[in-house]
Amino acid sequence: MASIKDATAVAGIGMTGFSLDSGRTEYSLACEAIKAAADDAGIDLLDVDGIVTDVSDGIDAMYVQKAVGIDNCTYASDSHFGTAPMMNAVTAIAAGIAHTVLYYRSVNGSSQRRAGSDFRAAKETKDNSLDLIRYDFYHPFGLLTPEGSIGMIVRRYLHESGARPDQIGAITAVCSEHAAKNPHATFYDAPITVDDYLESPLLVDPIRELDCAPAVDGALAVVLTSAERARDLRQPPALVMSVAQGTSTGGELLTSYNRDVISALPEMRLMGSELFETAGISPADVDVAQLDDRFAPLVPLQLEELGFCERGQGPELCEGGKEIRLGGRLPLNTNGGFLGEGFLYGANVIEAVQQIRGTSANQSSTADIVLVASGAGGPADGLILRRQGT
Amino acid sequence: MEYVPGIPILKPSLDADNRPFWEAVRRHEFVLQKCGSCDRYFQPPRPMCPECRSMDTMEWVPSAGRGQVYSFVNFTTDRMAYPAMKIPYSVVLVELEEGVRMISNMLDLEPDDVQIGMPVEVAFDDLDEDLTLFKFKKLEG
Repeated sequence: MASIKDATAVAGIGMTGFSLDSGRTEYSLACEAIKAAADDAGIDLLDVDGIVTDVSDGIDAMYVQKAVGIDNCTYASDSHFGTAPMMNAVTAIAAGIAHTVLYYRSVNGSSQRRAGSDFRAAKETKDNSLDLIRYDFYHPFGLLTPEGSIGMIVRRYLHESGARPDQIGAITAVCSEHAAKNPHATFYDAPITVDDYLESPLLVDPIRELDCAPAVDGALAVVLTSAERARDLRQPPALVMSVAQGTSTGGELLTSYNRDVISALPEMRLMGSELFETAGISPADVDVAQLDDRFAPLVPLQLEELGFCERGQGPELCEGGKEIRLGGRLPLNTNGGFLGEGFLYGANVIEAVQQIRGTSANQSSTADIVLVASGAGGPADGLILRRQGT
Repeated sequence: MEYVPGIPILKPSLDADNRPFWEAVRRHEFVLQKCGSCDRYFQPPRPMCPECRSMDTMEWVPSAGRGQVYSFVNFTTDRMAYPAMKIPYSVVLVELEEGVRMISNMLDLEPDDVQIGMPVEVAFDDLDEDLTLFKFKKLEG
């Protein structure tokens, strides 16, 4: 079997600005981000022979291909959730199916598509897919939005763990500290304190407004190629040490209510153990982590599931923010995370690459190895990047 | 909790796997899916028992509908709430004595009074001619 470890690298990254109302099509945003990523890598888009994206986005790869001028691809794949398409890209390159793969996302997540808002339309068009039928046990009782669905898990987690609001608020505060120095971030120059968090209104009790990452309009793109080829390109390569996914029995997207323990992320635990095993390192070797902070209360759980602390110690690790801010033992979400920069899966990969290159707005003094995790509360995925020569 | 008049509630879509459940609710009966071979209960419904992988031992059996509140959320603002329901309302996750958990609402109980561990029993709410939902009532004592 072809080995994944260090076989591929991120050679280019591109991103549009994030906003609450782009006034542009997702198609247009996608093209801008893709061109930026190709320019960053120093490749011609005609070199791209594979395209991967998120199946839930609106802009199909065929349209992208005709607008940005990509001729022929030998690999095309859509994947769900988080940054799962990154795994498709890495495995395709490692297997020799494609040489240069483009990963992109483009979503008017604020102005056009609110999570859950398509549900009524889908139901009314009699789309009886299994995923919609699953919701028939939830929506007639008024449970529909992601904040409500995950709130059920968070309530149980708070009940069992005894995590205090100020410990959760420290995550939002640290992310906002990082975002305040990142010109790309939604909360650029707008720091939020733990006190602000504690006064933040409850959206769906127990979920506060400042527990939730703001939806944004924006696009991003990543160019991946073989590690060998990446060394000849414009940027220092971010080598992919490992990439992994995890699903687990009883799992549903944000509504895994029928498993023995619901205040846990078994998908994340499985994904993390795969990541570390393939990379041949342990959590203590990670210099910077970009975790999934779409919902702040799930961050301590991720720290536990990924092995950065013992089970039950997550809230304590976050308390006060000292350990998780830039300069701490494990700097988290140095772009501000989804909480501070805006919610678009993939932006966590972009920031990991910036750290590896040494170009982050919040550059960590040590950033040889960076972990990215996505999909808290559902199928999980992630990757570990490293700087060449370390 | 109360529904807002004039806003239709999206009805559950029936398929061959879930039809016996919703038809029983319509008759004010509460049933759960169980594997007759393994004696395990399942929610949501599925065509195969994941333990013995049998497709012909899955059956629907009557349940007393008793259990306790395992978790809950309270909707207090319009922004996140279901338009057809008046805020504030709570949504509860009930753990039934059979071990499965179901999402529902509490009848005759304010959101502030919902607590984890509260004993509950199933009740039925006829919303219109075509739709009956199962709800829960607090069990006293």
